[in-house]
Amino acid sequence: MKDLFSRSVQAVIIFLLIAGVLALALGGYLNFFSTGLNTVLVSTQSWISVRFVAIQEFITLPRDATTLRQENARLQEEVSRLQAQVVQYQRQVAETQSLAALVNFSRSNPENVYTAASVIGRDPSPFLHYIIIDKGSADGIRRGMPVVTDQGLVGRVDAVISNAARVQLITDPGSAVNVRIEEADRDVVLVGSVSGDLSLDLVAQDVTLEAGDLLLTSGLGGSYPPDLIVGQILNVRKRDSDIFQQATVQSVVDFAALKIVLIVTDFRPVNISPLIPVP
Amino acid sequence: MKNLVAFPLLALVFILQSAVASRIPLLSGAVDLPLLLLVAWALQERVQAAWTWAIVAAMMASFFSALPPVAYFVGYLSVVFLARFIQRQVWQLPILAMFTVSFLGTLWMHAVSFASLSFFGSPISPADILSLITMPTLFLNFLLAIPVHSLMRDLAIWVFPSEELV
Repeated sequence: MKDLFSRSVQAVIIFLLIAGVLALALGGYLNFFSTGLNTVLVSTQSWISVRFVAIQEFITLPRDATTLRQENARLQEEVSRLQAQVVQYQRQVAETQSLAALVNFSRSNPENVYTAASVIGRDPSPFLHYIIIDKGSADGIRRGMPVVTDQGLVGRVDAVISNAARVQLITDPGSAVNVRIEEADRDVVLVGSVSGDLSLDLVAQDVTLEAGDLLLTSGLGGSYPPDLIVGQILNVRKRDSDIFQQATVQSVVDFAALKIVLIVTDFRPVNISPLIPVP
Repeated sequence: MKNLVAFPLLALVFILQSAVASRIPLLSGAVDLPLLLLVAWALQERVQAAWTWAIVAAMMASFFSALPPVAYFVGYLSVVFLARFIQRQVWQLPILAMFTVSFLGTLWMHAVSFASLSFFGSPISPADILSLITMPTLFLNFLLAIPVHSLMRDLAIWVFPSEELV
């Protein structure tokens, strides 16, 4: 009974203390104390929090950096792969465009039979302008066959093996093509040079040459079929003191960028050398 | 027997020359990889069978190129002769020898090419050749002379590991 009484007294005392503290707090008498306590608590919590975050970052950041580096490497690899794919697609598009142009050319010139070939190399000697193509005698290619693109005349087959052939370009210094000046309706000879420039040589002074005149193969000599586009006259050098006039020619074909060519396989060149009188 | 390595190596070099080097011209000139390879090989002290390489190279060049074969045979054999001669004189300065033979060899090869083309009727101006082909080729050959010499020195050591002479 005594114990029960003393516990009740303790509870009442505690209640009164809490009520008193609450009353003091609500009355604003504990502001100084609570402010000081809060300051200490907040400061302590801030200090601990800052240290904890720092430690957490210290522990977790390297892992994130590693992950980021791996991700970066993976993305760079992906970018490289995609860039390679883009280059490959661009090459395929360019090749398809070239082939489409060649197909259009062969459709618009149905009088001839063509075989397409890729350019796989050039003559090792810088003195000569020859290309090597990936079609040979096994594909019906024979020596002397003309080679064209959709733009115009390229040259003619010079040597053939079973699966490749060598083509002499019209820019080769040893090349001479009989051409017709469309506007003047005159036949002249187009020659190449070491630098790859084309020119008309030994043109009589009475022939009217003008920049922009179109040149077509004449078919004379039997080396090339007639009416293949060769180029345009770029400029004319004509002096009264000279016996002949000269003209430089701009080819319609970009010989530096040749990738695919067409061989005219149904054309048989005529060898007229036995008919030329030997002095 | 070890000289059989010349066949695949020279074939590869001619393919590179035709498919790559000839498509990277400077004016109208291009680096002459087969010539550099022959010169570098002939300058190796432990190599004595450079003549074989010159003949194989001339045969392959005649297969690839429209230049008269005689030009390659005369040119390459002369260059190997020059390289062997220079190698005996300045054997302690292989790089100097490489530059000297590359320079003289390029000039000689172009002179032989010019002579053979002129003989067979191609109208070529010597002035054009000098300015458009020979000078750029000399420059490009000088650029690649040291790397090619280093590669061929390593190849010679690999093919002839001891001091044996073949």
